[in-house]
Amino acid sequence: MSGFGVHVRDLTVRFDATTALDAVSFDIRPGVITGLLGRNGSGKTTALSVLAAFLRKTSGTVLVDGDEPWENARTMGATTLVRESGDMTPERPIAESLRMLADRRETFDTDLAEKLLDTFELERTSRPYRLSRGKKSSFGIVVGIASRSPLTLLDEVHLGMDAPARYAFYDALLADWLEHPRTIVLSSHLINEVERLLEDVIVLHRGSVLTQSNADALRSSGMTVTGPSDAVEAFVVGRDVVARQRLGGTAQATVVGTLPDDEQNARLGGLELGPVPLQDLFVHLTERRPTEVAR
Amino acid sequence: MFDGRDPLYVQIADQIRADVLSGALKEHEQVMSTTQYATTFRINPATAAKAFTELVDEGVLYKQRGIGMFVAPGAREQLLTEKRAAFFAKVVDPVAAQAKVLGIPVEDVIEHLRNGGPR
Repeated sequence: MSGFGVHVRDLTVRFDATTALDAVSFDIRPGVITGLLGRNGSGKTTALSVLAAFLRKTSGTVLVDGDEPWENARTMGATTLVRESGDMTPERPIAESLRMLADRRETFDTDLAEKLLDTFELERTSRPYRLSRGKKSSFGIVVGIASRSPLTLLDEVHLGMDAPARYAFYDALLADWLEHPRTIVLSSHLINEVERLLEDVIVLHRGSVLTQSNADALRSSGMTVTGPSDAVEAFVVGRDVVARQRLGGTAQATVVGTLPDDEQNARLGGLELGPVPLQDLFVHLTERRPTEVAR
Repeated sequence: MFDGRDPLYVQIADQIRADVLSGALKEHEQVMSTTQYATTFRINPATAAKAFTELVDEGVLYKQRGIGMFVAPGAREQLLTEKRAAFFAKVVDPVAAQAKVLGIPVEDVIEHLRNGGPR
């Protein structure tokens, strides 16, 4: 089992007057760790909820492992969606919730769950509603990882967790994925922390797919060009410039897309090329393009 | 670490090549497994695997089934040959271009190198 693949075409979800997703299309490769990135309200949670059959689509095609997930016992039983603070009954002790999950989910690993409870220092008798935000999130992560579902959807699961707990989460996720490869979709706004964990990336923006790409390819598609203003301007002519900065005679432009002769041309123009972290690229891509300031 | 402009897998491969070149990794010495690499540096295992596959294809590393990956005999020599071939294009040409921009005659650069370079 290397996990479920997902195929989505023209998916639209409307709530009364609001269109949460507007004819979006994307694919999630089986057995791959994919990042679902987007600003608040971009439709991430809506998309994941449709995949998990928590929510009914308005129109379009959604296939989870080849089948429509809505009211589908097979795909629903093999899909785990963990939202922000987990979806377990808040008044029920943690250990009891995990026992119920173990009964319901074929792939659930109780030993792993026990180990993860220790990792995140969670008491078995605790009830989620009494826990801090970070501890609630940790419990959601225990559920998400220990379920070992062929389709595991983790929606902003590390909200409110402190840095050591988040790193423990990344480590646990990678370690278990290596032993049991499966499809994992990770939505997060902490892009700089998770970008290296991702193989593929889908960027949602205002209910549409802005880009879908290999994470490494997307990251290296952006670059900064720094040097004398005239040379920078000459270099970026006809290119997709997402940000510009100017300090005296020196300018920096952030461009998307690379050309084979970039290194050489930069050298000839006395320009320096630099990397653009995925987080910055994401911010540039999802914010309104600044209008050029007249001089 | 790994914050350059190249794709992550290229940067990982470059790091291992650099270790072989510097002698930090010796011939027949075992390198980290993809799993160790991924968990140590919190990197997607498929991305790390891509780097190792490239190095095996290039003949820098060899695989021993069930045991791991090792530095290939002659890997350092091979990398030295490649690096030397690329030396003028990648290292000298940028210096020449920069010297031109700054108006430094080539003779001055040669003179500087003759006198022992940076030291």
